[in-house]
Amino acid sequence: MAKVTIDDVTIEVPDGTTILQAARMIGGDLVPPAMCYYSKLKTSGGYCRTCIVKVEQGSAKDPRPMPKPVASCRTTVMDGMVVRNITSPEVLEARSGVVEFLLINHPLDCPVCDQAGECHLQDLAYEHGKEETRYEFERREFEQIDIGDKVQLHMNRCILCYRCVKVADQLTDGRVHGVLNRGDVAEISTYIQNSIENDFSGNVIDVCPVGALTDKTFRFKSRVWYTKPVDAHRDCPHCTGKVRLWYKGDDVLRVTARKDKYGEVEEWICNECRFDKKTTSDWVIEGPSKVDRHSVISANHYENLRVLKATIDRQKKALPHGEKVNLGQGALDPNNIHGK
Amino acid sequence: MQIDQKREIRFSDETMATVQKIIKRYPEGRQKSALIPVLHIAQAEFDGWLSPAVMDYVASIIGIQSIEVYEVASFYSMFNMKPVGKCLIEVCRTSSCWLMGAEDVVKHIENKLKIKDGETSADGQFTLKTVECLGSCGTAPMMQVGADYYENLTLEKVDSLLDQWKVEGKRSRYC
Amino acid sequence: MGKKLLLEHIDVPGINTLSVYRSKGGYTALDKALKTMTPDAVVEEVKTSGLRGRGGAGFPTGMKWSFLAKPEGVPRYVVCNADESEPGTFKDRYLMEKIPHLLIEGMIVSGFALGAKSSYIYIRGEYFYVARILEQAIAEAYEAGLLGKNILNSGFDHDCYVQVGAGAYICGEETALLESLEGKRGNPRIKPPFPAVAGLYGCPTVVNNVETIAAVVPIVNMGGAAYAGIGVGKSTGTKLISASGHINKPGVYEIELGVPVEEFIYSDEYCGGIKGDRKLKAVVAGGSSVPILPADLILKTANGEPRLMSYESLADGGFASGTMLGSGGFIVMDESTSIVKNLYTFTRFYHHESCGQCSPCREGTGWMEKILHKILHGHGSISDVDLLWDIQSKIEGKTICPLGDAAAWPVASAIRHFRGEFEEFVRNGHSIKDVRHYYRLNGLPEPAYS
Repeated sequence: MAKVTIDDVTIEVPDGTTILQAARMIGGDLVPPAMCYYSKLKTSGGYCRTCIVKVEQGSAKDPRPMPKPVASCRTTVMDGMVVRNITSPEVLEARSGVVEFLLINHPLDCPVCDQAGECHLQDLAYEHGKEETRYEFERREFEQIDIGDKVQLHMNRCILCYRCVKVADQLTDGRVHGVLNRGDVAEISTYIQNSIENDFSGNVIDVCPVGALTDKTFRFKSRVWYTKPVDAHRDCPHCTGKVRLWYKGDDVLRVTARKDKYGEVEEWICNECRFDKKTTSDWVIEGPSKVDRHSVISANHYENLRVLKATIDRQKKALPHGEKVNLGQGALDPNNIHGK
Repeated sequence: MQIDQKREIRFSDETMATVQKIIKRYPEGRQKSALIPVLHIAQAEFDGWLSPAVMDYVASIIGIQSIEVYEVASFYSMFNMKPVGKCLIEVCRTSSCWLMGAEDVVKHIENKLKIKDGETSADGQFTLKTVECLGSCGTAPMMQVGADYYENLTLEKVDSLLDQWKVEGKRSRYC
Repeated sequence: MGKKLLLEHIDVPGINTLSVYRSKGGYTALDKALKTMTPDAVVEEVKTSGLRGRGGAGFPTGMKWSFLAKPEGVPRYVVCNADESEPGTFKDRYLMEKIPHLLIEGMIVSGFALGAKSSYIYIRGEYFYVARILEQAIAEAYEAGLLGKNILNSGFDHDCYVQVGAGAYICGEETALLESLEGKRGNPRIKPPFPAVAGLYGCPTVVNNVETIAAVVPIVNMGGAAYAGIGVGKSTGTKLISASGHINKPGVYEIELGVPVEEFIYSDEYCGGIKGDRKLKAVVAGGSSVPILPADLILKTANGEPRLMSYESLADGGFASGTMLGSGGFIVMDESTSIVKNLYTFTRFYHHESCGQCSPCREGTGWMEKILHKILHGHGSISDVDLLWDIQSKIEGKTICPLGDAAAWPVASAIRHFRGEFEEFVRNGHSIKDVRHYYRLNGLPEPAYS
């Protein structure tokens, strides 16, 4: 066991736990945001750098601080480690830099993007971004490629988290897509317009943190916040059949896996459940889903905004007197929230 | 330029023997290590670039999936993912070479061959490509054609080389 | 004349062949190590020598070697980093091309010291002809029983292979190199684990630069203590410096660490002074990644002491007024040089070479290049210079591997020391000074510069 202190909260965790996992065990607002890490995918994380934290003390044995901020998702805790996340102005500043880098080439097509409302990049930008862009050049564009009749690939929106590649590697055999080219023209592609076809390929949609991989059967059907999530299951020969149905009126517009509050799927689902079972009679309904995220998707669930208020308060404390807490354009004034 | 679509993608017996020798030099189960050396050979054998068919062929020899080859080939700057002229001229443009006049060398070649950086001449003989530091900073400016370095360039030197290569129809090969 | 440990026999005709190399004392270090020393004793000598990694980071080699994990029944590897791609650096190419057996001997001795039965020399693809030279030398060594089974009847077996890359600066980063050696994209790994624990094929691996491995040969020959006696302070031994730019005698020089920078630039033994007797403007002392310094700060430290060619002296003053020895890529710029334009070539380089794995480097390097392009073409504003500064600060230290730092430092140092020049560019749009090479290339007499 190792004792680690994150933002002045101490917790004891098993050896080999990462800082991010330890933070998630504590929970609440000190959990670093993660755009590429995915606990269900081996070797994920480390790429996007949004979860960087400052290690003020390496361990009890070697109390020296780590010279650079580290990716909390790929750094394991040591006994006596002291970590700062939202109580460190440097970390917040560095993170806002990472968010800016992720956004400079990201298209401003949220109004027509199916991911809008449940997009992790939107949330990240609201919480850690700046009011306006300083990037004045043309945004990068990739040639559109077709990867089959179920999944839509919008490479322009991709942040290269590698999750979909790891899904293909770890869940399916015969991966046909990957990361091609390098640097800022690296792209997810099949190279020769191969369609991605196997029983579990639809999971790439669920792991994609942005609107780069979306469900073609749900395309332009509705904004996600107008649909109502309901948990349901069926006896499925391929997967556990535990899913989330997204209703608009009496119609099932979309089927996804169930996701936890970090947006990670609880269990992978098969393509049959996802794409072919879109009537209520296909399913045993369990009841309304609780969406435990402070995002547009949890509209009308104000409890999460309290968490946001707590975050702001802590950040205020961390910053020198009088400095404004930067939550990005359209940030809510937490004092005016009267929910629940 | 001419690309023979019907050409059979297959190494000669002699080349195949070399390829097999390379594959054998890695520990059991680590044959993917042979990918880059074999891609070099494939590029040299099949018209100086890597078509999807060539990459699929390499994948089958090494026993890996095609996408793994595409991922690797597209990462490295020496692999040409599109057809190039018979003679690929690579001019270094980084710091020391720039200090010593690489820009003029590039402009000169562009004017002489009537192509821009990245283009191939109408006769399919030359492709011009500017590249990053080739480790010839003390003998700048320089260019590389195939495995050969041409250093301490002057415009006259470039002229005579281009004339000579045009006449002899030079092919560039790394290996 | 300083002491030469690596290049002493470089001009001997045929030194690239085994017979001539042996006639000049070649392979005596291997003989000595195999017959009179234990592997640990070799490691001890390297530790005593104070040798530091010659690829750029300057990490103590002996310490790196002693970190190597040695679990039972797991093979260990020695990998030579011959991916020399740092702009301004060409010393490894020179060494491998001229005296390949020095590297091969170093590989075998290192393999013996570290208990590695196989070693790989990963050489950048563009050095294909050098790879051929190495392969030739390796073949000779096998023939003479210096490689293969039971080397010199010592019972030690070792195989050495040359692996060519295919054009990627990032493969000079040791974990990217290992990925590439495994036939993958050259994406740096996330550390830990370090290669000393899980390197090539997941096995304990030591990755060292060409010059570092070559230096093991004289260290074994003369003893670590004698090697440590050369140089200054913690900068022991000799170092190969690649000198280029506006100097009379560009080339590779072996120096005893501690030679004054002024002597290195102006004496006839080394660079022979600035071309055309023009004034020195700036120097990039250790390859493109290290901070550029203006003439006054490269010749003397901020305290007014003479700056020496050593790890410590070049770093004196931190990044505020110092730089780094780095890989020893010494680029000299005279008064006609446009610092902004030179920086643009560096930034374009890092943009081109970013692997794209992590966001600050993938997005930030391209952004910096675009801003510099804008400034160069007369469309910049003063706020662009501040923006550049801010972007580099958000890349530095935030990336998976040091390429992010390497891209940030040249930008930061150019702005730190030459901000006025950026502002001049913003105001006047273009530099009128960088035309000199036009005359040189066309064989015309160069005009005088005021």
